[in-house]
Amino acid sequence: MTPNAASARILLIEDEAPIRRFLKIALGSAGHETLEAGSGREGLERAVIGNPDLIILDLGLPDMDGKAVVREIRSWSSLPILVLSVRDGEAEKIAALDAGADDYVTKPFATGELLARLRVLLRKRGDSEAQPSTVQVGPLSVDLARRLVTVGDQEIKLTRKEFDILALLARHGGRLVSHRQILTEVWGPAHVDDLHYLRIAIGHIRNKLDDDPASPRFIVTEPGVGYRLLS
Amino acid sequence: MTPAEDDRPAPEAFLQAARAESEPPQKRGKLKIFLGAAPGVGKTYAMLEEAHLRRRAGVDVVAALVETHGRMETAAQLVGLALLPRRRVPYRGQVLTELDIDALIERRPQLALIDELAHSNPPGSRHPKRWQDVMEVLDSGIDVLTTLNIQHIESLNDAVTRISGARVQETVPDAVVAEADAIELIDLPPDELIDRLKEGKIYRPAQAGQALENFFTRDKLTALREMALRTTAGQVDAEILSLMQAKATRGPLPSGERLMVCINEAPVAKTLVRSGKRMAERAKIPWLAVTVVTPTHEALGAEAQQQMQDAMRLAETLGAETVTLRAESDVAGELLRFARSRNVSRLLIGRPRWQKTPWRRLTAFTREAVSDRLLDGATDFEVTVVTPNVRNERRKAVARPRIDTQARGYVAAVVVTAIATLLGLPVESIDLLPSSALTVFYLLGVMLVGAHYGLGPSLFASLLAFLCYNFFFIDPILTLTVAKPSEVVALSVFLLGALFTGNLASRLKAQIESMRATQTRIETLYTFARKIASATKFDDVLWAAAAHGAKALNARTLILTPDAAGALQQVQGHPSIEEHLDARAAGAAQWAFEKAEAAGTGTGTLPGSDWLFAPLATAGKPFGVFGVAFADPQRAADPETRRLLLAVEDQVAVAIERNRLAEELSNARVAAESDQLRAALLNSVSHDLRTPLVTVIGAMSSLADPDTDLPRDDRQELVETALDEARRLDRYVQNLLDMTRLGHGALKPKRGAVDIREIIGRVRSDLARTLMRHSLHVEVPRDLPMLQVDPVLIGQALINLLENAAKYAPAGTAITVRAGLDGKGNAEIRVIDEGPGIPVADREKVFDLFHRAARGDGAPAGTGMGLAIVRGLVAAHGGKVRADAGPGGQGAALVMTLPLAPPEDTDEESEQ
Repeated sequence: MTPNAASARILLIEDEAPIRRFLKIALGSAGHETLEAGSGREGLERAVIGNPDLIILDLGLPDMDGKAVVREIRSWSSLPILVLSVRDGEAEKIAALDAGADDYVTKPFATGELLARLRVLLRKRGDSEAQPSTVQVGPLSVDLARRLVTVGDQEIKLTRKEFDILALLARHGGRLVSHRQILTEVWGPAHVDDLHYLRIAIGHIRNKLDDDPASPRFIVTEPGVGYRLLS
Repeated sequence: MTPAEDDRPAPEAFLQAARAESEPPQKRGKLKIFLGAAPGVGKTYAMLEEAHLRRRAGVDVVAALVETHGRMETAAQLVGLALLPRRRVPYRGQVLTELDIDALIERRPQLALIDELAHSNPPGSRHPKRWQDVMEVLDSGIDVLTTLNIQHIESLNDAVTRISGARVQETVPDAVVAEADAIELIDLPPDELIDRLKEGKIYRPAQAGQALENFFTRDKLTALREMALRTTAGQVDAEILSLMQAKATRGPLPSGERLMVCINEAPVAKTLVRSGKRMAERAKIPWLAVTVVTPTHEALGAEAQQQMQDAMRLAETLGAETVTLRAESDVAGELLRFARSRNVSRLLIGRPRWQKTPWRRLTAFTREAVSDRLLDGATDFEVTVVTPNVRNERRKAVARPRIDTQARGYVAAVVVTAIATLLGLPVESIDLLPSSALTVFYLLGVMLVGAHYGLGPSLFASLLAFLCYNFFFIDPILTLTVAKPSEVVALSVFLLGALFTGNLASRLKAQIESMRATQTRIETLYTFARKIASATKFDDVLWAAAAHGAKALNARTLILTPDAAGALQQVQGHPSIEEHLDARAAGAAQWAFEKAEAAGTGTGTLPGSDWLFAPLATAGKPFGVFGVAFADPQRAADPETRRLLLAVEDQVAVAIERNRLAEELSNARVAAESDQLRAALLNSVSHDLRTPLVTVIGAMSSLADPDTDLPRDDRQELVETALDEARRLDRYVQNLLDMTRLGHGALKPKRGAVDIREIIGRVRSDLARTLMRHSLHVEVPRDLPMLQVDPVLIGQALINLLENAAKYAPAGTAITVRAGLDGKGNAEIRVIDEGPGIPVADREKVFDLFHRAARGDGAPAGTGMGLAIVRGLVAAHGGKVRADAGPGGQGAALVMTLPLAPPEDTDEESEQ
C-alpha cells in the first residue's frame, strides 16, 4: 500500500462522540478514510487490525492514559501519531512527544490547522523511503548531503552543531521537534537538560539566517516544547 | 442604636461636654475610622474609595475636609465628590484653611469625609481639636468617615514615643476610637511603604530623606504595624463580646468604667485577681491588673517576686489588661494617677495579713502604709478591700537555696573568725593597736561572710566574733566574763555593729545576685524575642519557639496544640518531637491546656512527670501548651527558671497570637473579597459567557433548519459569526481557568531564559484573527537580553494585553509592542494602542477583577478578567504591570516589568 497525502486511512481515538463526528466529516471531505475508537483499548485493537496510516489520539481518554497508548503503539509501529491536547497541558504534551508522538494540536482547533498538520505527517511517511537531499523553505535551502545552507543566493556559514540542528529540523520538515529530541541528537543524551545550549545555538542560527523570531520566516518557536521549521 | 443607649450617662467627661453643646435632636451619626500604622499607607485613599461606593449607592456624600498631601492618586479620587469650601483662618501671618463645621452642619449631607482625626485646630476655633468637631458633626446626625494614625491614639502615645523616638503632640482619646461604629485597618507591609516613600509617593523628595531616617525604618514600621493590628483586633473582640452579652443578658449597659486591681507581692495577690475577675464580669466592665515596681523591688525575695508574677499572669489569662508601673517611692500616688488617667472607677486592693516572722512583719508594715495611703487618696473611687483567706493561699513548695552553700557559709564564718583572732593576737601582744581597734578585723570578717554567703552565716559570724573578741581580748582574758562596765558597752556596740554589717553585706549580696539574674534573664529573653520576632509563618514561629526556647532554658521543649477533634498533638519539639510521651506528661499537658495553669514537674499538679507544661495564652482560652524537660531536673523548682520560662512562654504566646491575628485579618479580608468576586463571577458567567452561546445557537439552528433556503453569502456569514463567537467563548473559558489557577496558587512558572521576540512571534500567529483590523508593530532592540520567565505564561499575558488593546483601540489604528530596559536591571514590555486611553483614576483599577474602564451597554464585551490575569501572571514572575498614557499622552500603554535572565556563564561554542 502506498498512502499519499491526498487520501489516507486515519484512526481517530477520541472518547467524545461529537468531536469524532465532526472530525469524521472534516477528514472525509479532505479525502481521508476514518476509523473510530472511543477508548484507549478499542483504539489499540483498531490500530492492529485496521492498518491505519496515521493515528489521531486524544490524550484525555477515560480508560487509559494517552501516553500509555502512544508507548504501546510505538512498541510495534512507527506510524505517525498526532495527539490532541488541551491548552496549558505543556507537561502532557512534552510527555506525549517524549513517549513517541510526532506532533500535537491544541484543542479547540480549526480543522484547517489539523489538516495542515496531517499533511506534513503523511508526507513525511511518504518521504521516509526516499529522503530528499535538499530541503527548501522559501528562500532557505538546506542541502543535507553537502552540508550546505543558502538563503537566496547567499551561502550561510554555520558551525557543525548549528548545521546539525537546522538539518534535524529540516528532516522533520514542518513537524515539531522537541527540545529533548534536539539536545539528545545533537549534543548527546547527557545534555538533555542543557536547554541554554540549544537556545543560544538557535539564536545564532536565526541571526545568520536573518530570521526575526517576532515574525519568523523559517524557525518557529513552540514555547516550552520545541521548534519547527516552517514548510 | 437602641433608645436605651441614648439614655445612658455619657461615659467620658469630654464626650459629655461635646454633646452638651448641641443636644442631639435626632439619631447620632455613625463614625467610621480608617486606621493606619503610619503616614502613607493609603487611609485617605481608602476613605475616598468608600465614599465613592456609598455615593454610587445613592448616599449624599460631602468631602468636608480631605488632605491630599499632593499625592496624585488621592487627588484623583476626589473627582466626582462634592467638596465643601474650607474656612480660612488667619494665623501668625499665614492663612490656614480649616474645616467649616457650621457650613457642614447646615449643608446636612448623609455622610461627611473629615480627614485626620488627630488634627489640632488653630487657636480661636470652636474646638481645640478636630475630633471634637467630629463629635459635634456626629451629634447633628451626620455619618462621618475619618482617618487616624495609630501613633495618635492617646494610650499608645508612650509606646509610640519609645518606638519612634519622637513624641506626637496631637492625640485622640481612646474613648473616641472605642466608640467608633467601625474601624477599618489600612494595612501595608513596611517594605512596600518604604518603597512608596522612596518613590516620593508620601512626601516630597526633600522631606523623604529625613523621614526615612527618622521614622520609616523597617523595625519601627513593623512595630507600629503590629500595634495597629492589635488595636483593630481588640476592637473586633470588644464588638463580638458586647454582641454576645447583649444577646445573653440584659445586664447593665457597657460604659467607660473600669476596675483596677492593685497587685503587690503579697500572697493575697491571686485572690485579688480572681475577685477582680468576678467583679468585672458581674459589672460587665473592662478591668486592669496593675503593679508598681520600685527600686527596692528587685531586692525582694525570689518567692515574693514569683507571687507577683503569677498573679499578673493569672490576671492576663483571665482577660485583664496588665500594666506594670514604675515609681521611685510614692506607690499609692502612682497607682491613683494611673487610675484617673485610665478612667478607672473602682479599685480592688488587698489588706495585708500580719506575717509570722519579725522581718516579714517589718516589710508588711511598709505595705500597710501603701494600702492605707491608697484608701486615703482614693476619695473619688469605689474601693473594695479583700481580706485574704490564709488556708486558700497556702504557698506552693518552693525549693530552698541549696543546703551545701549554706553549710559552707557557716564553715567560712568559723574560719574567718579564727583568722581574725590569729591576726589579732600578735598585733595585740606587741601593742601596735589598742585592743578595741581589733574589732575592725572581726567586722571585716563578718562583712566578707555576709557578702559571700548571705544573712545566716553573717549573723553566725557576728556572734562568733563577739564571743572570740570577748574571750581573747577583753579582760579577764580567756574567759567570757567582762570586768569593766565600759567594756560591756563596747562589746554591746561591737555586737550591734557586727550584726548590722553582716546584714548590710548580705543585703548587698542579695541585690547583686538579683541584678545579675535579672540581667541574664533579660539578655536571654532579648535574644529569644529577637529570634522569634523574625519568624513570620506560623510554623516558623513554632519552630523558633521550640528551638530557641530549648536553648534559653537549657531543656528539651515541646509545643502541643489541639487538633480538629480537640485532642492535643505535638506540633513542634526540640531537639525533636517525643516518640513516647508518658501518660503522666500527657496528663500534665492536658491539665495545663484545660485549666490554663502550669502542670508537671515543679508544680502542684502531676509533679512526678519529667515535663513541665504551661499554657500558651494571651487573653482568653489557651491555644496550646509549651512543655519543657530541663536538663537539670532541679531547675524546675527554681523560681528564677520558672520566671524565665513564663517570660519565654509569654513571648511564644504573643508571637503565635500576633501571627494568628494577622492571618485572621487577612483571611477575613480574603473572605470578603472572595464574596465580592463570587458575585461578580456569577454575573460574568451568566452574562458574558452566555452571549456568545446565543449567537452560536442562533446561527447554527438557522443553518440546521431544512426549510430555510439561505443564499450562499448569508450562510457563510452565519457560519463565520458563529465561529467568531465560539472562539470568544474559548478565550473566556481560558481566562476563567487561568483565574482559578492563579487564585489557587496552582500556577508555578517554569522559568528559563527566553527571547521575548520568540514569545511575540508565537503570540502574533495565535492572534492573527483578533489583530486582523489593526496593524501590529514590534520594536525590540536586537541586543535586548533574555528574560527569565515562563514563555507560556508570559505569552498568555501578552495575548491578554494585545486583545485588550484590540478591543479598545479603533479599527485601522496601530498597536505597538515595544521592549526595552527600565534602567533598573529589568525588561519593560509595552503594549501601546491608539485608543481612548485610560483615565488616571482608573490606572490602578483596570487590573482589578471585573473592572472595565468603560461600563454600560456600549462597553466592549469582555469578562473583565484579562488584565487581572496579566497582573497575576506577571506577579508570579516577581514582575509588575502598570497602565500609562501612550506616547504624547495619546492612547494607552500597558507596561509589564519583567526580570532579566542572568548572563550566560557558559557558551556552548567555547565549551564544545
